[in-house]
Amino acid sequence: MKTNIRVALVGNPNTGKSTLFNILTGLNQKIGNFPGVTVDKKTGFCTLPDGRMAEIIDLPGTYSIYPKSKDESIVFSVLADKSKGMVPDLVVVILDASNLKRNLLLYTQVADLKIPVVVALNMVDVSDKAGIKINIDLFAQKLGVPVVPISARKNTGIDKLKSTIAFANSVPLQQDTIDIESIAPGIIAQIKGEMQVENPYIALQLAHQHETLSYLSAAESDRIEQLEQEHSFHSQKAQATETIARYNFINDLLYDTVKKAETAHDETISNKIDKILTHKVFGFVIFFAILLFIFQAIFSWSAYPMSLIEDLFIWLQAGAAKILPAGPLSSLIIDGVLAGLSGVLVFIPQIAILFALISILEDTGYMSRVTFMMDKVMRKVGLNGKSVVPLIGGFACAVPSIMSTRTIENWKDRMITIMVTPLVACSARLPVYTLLIALVVPNRNVWWVFNLQGLALTAMYVLSIFSAVIVAFVMKFILKARERGYFIMELPVYRMPRWKNVIFTMYDRSKTFVLQAGKVIIAVSVILWVMKSYGPGDRFAQIDKQYAQPQYTKTMTPDSLTKVIASEKLENSYAGVFGHVIEPVIKPLGFDWKIGIALISSFAAREVFVGTMATIYSVEGDADKMQSVQQKMHEAKNPQTGGPVFTLAVAFSLMMFYAFAMQCASTVAVVYRETKDWRWPAAQFAYMTALAYTASFIVYHWLK
Amino acid sequence: MKLSQLEVGETGIVKEFTDLEMSVKLMEMGCLPGEEVRISRIAPLGDPIAINVSGYQLSLRRFEASTIILQ
Repeated sequence: MKTNIRVALVGNPNTGKSTLFNILTGLNQKIGNFPGVTVDKKTGFCTLPDGRMAEIIDLPGTYSIYPKSKDESIVFSVLADKSKGMVPDLVVVILDASNLKRNLLLYTQVADLKIPVVVALNMVDVSDKAGIKINIDLFAQKLGVPVVPISARKNTGIDKLKSTIAFANSVPLQQDTIDIESIAPGIIAQIKGEMQVENPYIALQLAHQHETLSYLSAAESDRIEQLEQEHSFHSQKAQATETIARYNFINDLLYDTVKKAETAHDETISNKIDKILTHKVFGFVIFFAILLFIFQAIFSWSAYPMSLIEDLFIWLQAGAAKILPAGPLSSLIIDGVLAGLSGVLVFIPQIAILFALISILEDTGYMSRVTFMMDKVMRKVGLNGKSVVPLIGGFACAVPSIMSTRTIENWKDRMITIMVTPLVACSARLPVYTLLIALVVPNRNVWWVFNLQGLALTAMYVLSIFSAVIVAFVMKFILKARERGYFIMELPVYRMPRWKNVIFTMYDRSKTFVLQAGKVIIAVSVILWVMKSYGPGDRFAQIDKQYAQPQYTKTMTPDSLTKVIASEKLENSYAGVFGHVIEPVIKPLGFDWKIGIALISSFAAREVFVGTMATIYSVEGDADKMQSVQQKMHEAKNPQTGGPVFTLAVAFSLMMFYAFAMQCASTVAVVYRETKDWRWPAAQFAYMTALAYTASFIVYHWLK
Repeated sequence: MKLSQLEVGETGIVKEFTDLEMSVKLMEMGCLPGEEVRISRIAPLGDPIAINVSGYQLSLRRFEASTIILQ
């Protein structure tokens, strides 16, 4: 799309920045990546009143241009890096009118970068009610930039903002806020001269941020380091001086332009809600009730859409089988691509529900209270209050949950959260657990109320949380902290959720999941299809020849004959050969080569286990019918002992393996994407496999 | 007197910080010398605490509050 003007949205978190972005761009937005970093770049398009098209970039919410997390570090890069042509023509700084003082810090920093600025003064309705009177004309005059009062929630002032964007000056007219050169005169002058930087504030920021800025070359960064030594530049001291100077400017500005009604401090509604929600007893009771509700919602609300998606794919596969001529191509499409796609799409309902609920909790401000309440406990085990969200998310799927760890500023806390999130019992493990539990645990009640099978399943979920906590605790001692941990966080005022935002988040996360996980799962599915469909030498031809003989074709129905052939072929395929190869390794866990095949094919996605079992035991009729798979597995006999293959010991050993092993290609991929270092997913894979093997071994020998 | 020594509902005025790194982060969030702070609540497990400063609610750990010296 051809754009005439590029506009960046900048503002503090919780100021309504994303609401404004959604209003300005509507559904006309896309998510990409900023070059070189894994920070989502949200852009959209907006038609201005003069007919021009504006590209709007939504920069991550931040309190300051000094970054505290990965996401925040992008703000300065976008505004200052002239080399990639990303620098916007105009910055819209969105300020929360009911909380102007802190919001203005970021404004003064952005203004000093000398890019044309427009101020969107949001929530004027809220500040009016609170008795805050802002003299907007004087405010605008003092800053030297247009100031537009808006209410993003109530959708007022937006037209005015659009026309202000359209008619904004193309040269920066804002007043200087503070004397920047006096903060560090020597180094600013030298960076300006040597690096062709005109703006003193950009020069100062280069001195502060050169180690983390991806757009500087190594030579440039080294040179700045050298200059820092020469001028004995102390980053934190300089920042402290700057921040104090900025707040002096802000206090003067607010003194002249804002009048607060001197009413007695009424207890705000937010405070009343906090008294209940962070109460010593009720606080936790409510939190656990909400957790239980999320849990219920993920499983019960998603059941119907999930079975619809499954049915759709069964129908598609059947349809494709009719239309396409039989052969390797149709098999690749049906058993490789379609099967893989179904394995991805079936999780969309759960992910959408989970993220809708999480975004409601975040939007209302409740999530930061959870963080507030849980921080002490989480810190004890090496995590952070903010790790609660990814860990809850892990019950649906580790992929989007790992993506949501980006809000954790502390590097060590974030890494530990990423490392343990895949241990939480995700929904792909559920079909495996259901199948195995139904196989070996009797379906009867104990103490009248508790169903044994239900208890076993609950135990698996509890185990997953315990294991995540224990591993986190161990990692706390292994990982070295890169920086000191801290927990300085805004507790925003409670608000009603914005339903449009909830829908956007749902759509957003599901899309990212499909694109991220989808690619990997389909690739792995195709590889596995090849492994399952081809065998070494002429083994397949031999099988075809053997079953073409009359003693088989005469005595067996065509349907059961195909099943037997399929089963025989699987045994002789590369996957089957591989299953035999790993049999000695997995034997101590009680697994045979058939389970070996299932373990290998589960690497694409854990729930593939059920389908593989169906093929291996050549299930008659509908292969997706859980009960028939269960029946076959129940009847499976161990050739050596003559007893059943799936004893209590084997089934529980297998469940332990699925509980701990990293059998998920998409998680591996997303961990790499988030850490940008192959050693993290490799370490994760290694420790989880080791844990899985040990747990299975112990459980098998204990129950045998 | 440190901020961490205040009880819920008590107020004080920030004088200085004992930790430079922490002070930079706190000042960015509007908690800087001369500002009035009030303890608004304490987390159920006793840590972190929440304070009212610069017109909003900020939460911080007890250790972080102990680096803030009040007038």
